[in-house]
Amino acid sequence: MVKAPLKDKTGLLLDIRNLRIEATSYPPGEPPRNIIIVDDVSVKLERGKVLGLIGESGAGKSTIGLSSMGYGRGGVRITGGEVLLNGRDILKGGAKILRQIRGREVCYVAQSAAAAFNPARKLMDQVIEAALLHKICTKAEAEKRAVGLFKKLGLPNPETFGQRFPHQVSGGQLQRAMTAMALCSEPDLIVFDEPTTALDVTTQIDVLASIKDAIRDTNVAALYITHDLAVVAQVADDILVLRHGKQVEYGDTQQIIKAPRQAYTKQLVSVHHIPHEQKSPADKPILSVRNITAAYGGGLVKVLKNVSVDIHLGQTLAVVGESGSGKSTLARVITGLLPPMEGAITFEGRTLSARLANRTRDDLRELQMIYQMADTAMNPRQTVGTIIGRPLEFYFGMGGKERDKRVAELLEKMEMGKNFAGCYPAELSGGQKQRVCIARALAAKPKLIICDEVTSALDPLVADGILKLLLNLQKDENVAYLFITHDLATVKSISDSIAVMYRGEVVRYGPKSDVLKPPFDDYTDLLLSSVPEMELGWLETAMKTRRMASAGN
Amino acid sequence: MSTPVLKLVAQRIAMGILLLLAVSVLIFAGTQILPGDVAQSILGQSATPQALENLRRDMGLNDPAYIRYLHWLGGILTGDLGTALSSGQDIASSLKGRLWNTLFLAFWAAIVSIPLAIGLGLLAVRYRNGFVDKLISGLGLASTSLPEFFTGYLLIYFVAVRLQWFPSVSTVYEGMPLGERLSAIALPVTVLTLVVLAHMMRMTRAAILNVMQSAYVETAELKGLSPLQIITRHAFPNAIAPIVNVVMLNLAFLVVGVVVVEVIFVYPGMGQYLVDHVAKRDVPVVQACGLIFAAVYVSLNIIADIVAIVSNPRLRHPK
Repeated sequence: MVKAPLKDKTGLLLDIRNLRIEATSYPPGEPPRNIIIVDDVSVKLERGKVLGLIGESGAGKSTIGLSSMGYGRGGVRITGGEVLLNGRDILKGGAKILRQIRGREVCYVAQSAAAAFNPARKLMDQVIEAALLHKICTKAEAEKRAVGLFKKLGLPNPETFGQRFPHQVSGGQLQRAMTAMALCSEPDLIVFDEPTTALDVTTQIDVLASIKDAIRDTNVAALYITHDLAVVAQVADDILVLRHGKQVEYGDTQQIIKAPRQAYTKQLVSVHHIPHEQKSPADKPILSVRNITAAYGGGLVKVLKNVSVDIHLGQTLAVVGESGSGKSTLARVITGLLPPMEGAITFEGRTLSARLANRTRDDLRELQMIYQMADTAMNPRQTVGTIIGRPLEFYFGMGGKERDKRVAELLEKMEMGKNFAGCYPAELSGGQKQRVCIARALAAKPKLIICDEVTSALDPLVADGILKLLLNLQKDENVAYLFITHDLATVKSISDSIAVMYRGEVVRYGPKSDVLKPPFDDYTDLLLSSVPEMELGWLETAMKTRRMASAGN
Repeated sequence: MSTPVLKLVAQRIAMGILLLLAVSVLIFAGTQILPGDVAQSILGQSATPQALENLRRDMGLNDPAYIRYLHWLGGILTGDLGTALSSGQDIASSLKGRLWNTLFLAFWAAIVSIPLAIGLGLLAVRYRNGFVDKLISGLGLASTSLPEFFTGYLLIYFVAVRLQWFPSVSTVYEGMPLGERLSAIALPVTVLTLVVLAHMMRMTRAAILNVMQSAYVETAELKGLSPLQIITRHAFPNAIAPIVNVVMLNLAFLVVGVVVVEVIFVYPGMGQYLVDHVAKRDVPVVQACGLIFAAVYVSLNIIADIVAIVSNPRLRHPK
């Protein structure tokens, strides 16, 4: 097959017509049934243009993106419609034609580049593989091109970068390397599948900027898939909003973010606007962390340096920072999982034992935790009722009807209904799983709950629901939260005080209004300016005005 | 080669040496527990107590056990495996030729079976759950399920007696030309191959299928690579460690477990030698064979571990 002759800069590149994609699901104990993942979606993309596909998980955005390569992930089937690429229907050619298109006319950039690179092979070999496979150029030319792309994408030591193995470079660098890999065979179209979602907020902005530059300079067309409307607004010319596999709204970026027509789009645009009145600190904190220094590897790697923070009853302290800043380690120290080298923790006036094993049962009860991955924080073989009932039995000796009644009350509080008590975790959605984990923490009647990135794995609207629920529960139960997150938008919505952490130290700490008031220190400025805003041209302004380059480079 | 790799490799080798020492203690202790003593066996029932006593003193049998163990171990380390009771011959010199024969047989069985097993494993992955996969798996399992004496006699009957392609008795002698030697061992090599093939093939298939779930395999697929290219370029390099492990276990079996096959084909190897001397209750020979088998087993497993360490890019190229 010859590459389609049209190589001019305009004209229709991709024309997806009435796409329908199905899969077979195997629910436990029921006969297999067909589910429709994408239903009657049409997409048109001109050369050199960027279309954003946006929606929550299960909206079918990745599935639509991959259909442009004729690929169905995990056994999904394209059962209807046409995918015209460079003027011909790629679904009609068979496996051989698809192989000629993949890696040559369409390339793919995955969400987790760390998993998408083969750990056993050098980056250069993988970056130029598609170009060599499709005989686009010689090995020497391909390597030269790759080095040029490494340079363009702002990778360190572009000449020798390709000689490294995936585990030797950072996540942000891998994501750029994957973009270089996609650009190396000079395709007509690149599918970006949540390329910055797994990155720290300060790294995300850099990667986003380099992707945007690369798209502009190479005049490649792109499908940009994400759940973050503010991110896609920075790169896309047009946006397609999807929900449950159906088109919700299709328009240019300006119209979608400034004048959304559909109710769902309006919800997406207004996400993270949770009203919350900041509370002033009480006289005495409920938990006080004093001069904590902690390390891993027998004192070799210091992860926390002289950290002091206070948490007040019924209030929320948000701890923010990028990965490696020590925020989760702080939680481990407070819970007693990692005894600190120096410093002390007082809880309700009494000094907590440094080791978990020496703490009383009441200490354990009053300090609960909720985790990022609700999936792995629950025993998949226990029902929701057993999971929530366990702390009731353990701390209060409840049993039988009394326990079941309390489980039902807690589920009611989670806005879930008592029928869920008989369900297994696998039958719940991501948001519901996290609600069960919250109910389990709350069952112990704690005074403080440590929330470790509890909304990071959730879709924005679902995350919003969880945050609202947490705030309501705080009002009812007067529980304090230590809220660990890298997401500043969340912090702004729910916290009363904020501690900004950077490389194991608290660089800024105080009531929310003080912390978020200029003048900022350089790191807080970087963090704040890195949060994508739903404005056209935000990215350019942010890159120009920030004072400090992000870490991870 | 970087320092962490060297350190790990050195650790593995040191562990192997310790393990062998422990095995030697066990083998020595085991023979001590057996009733009767060597002097009695040599002189027979009619020996006078004085003669027994003299011989015991000459052989150092009155020394404490640990001294005798150290003597024995010292002898082994200097290449002296002792004397066979039944024949009075030096064990080391009669073992040398036989060990070489066994290694020769194992070597050719490995040359045939390992590439075949890995190749079939790759093919099974390429056509997974299809006809080819099921055929390969079915035949492999069938050949493993049949005991080697059965397949051995089956081959002797059909290939040696009816077709007369290869001899039924694998006689080899010193100075035999390579071609004749290979023809002589063709049948035992076939039997050994059939025995070890399925295990290695199934493990290759499982190890690669495990890797095929990875995101980087999808990346390769989206680059337009063909299924076979994906398996050989992207999946196989990441499945080497588990495959080498099972290959080494089977290699060890080829050396250590050939007893039955050697007896069937009357092949002058270690297995035949061992069986002969077990029948004669010749303890020093059994000790020597046991120790050699243990050494082969331990060193092949060390090699497997070292390959696994070296094939791990995270260890080979630290940050």
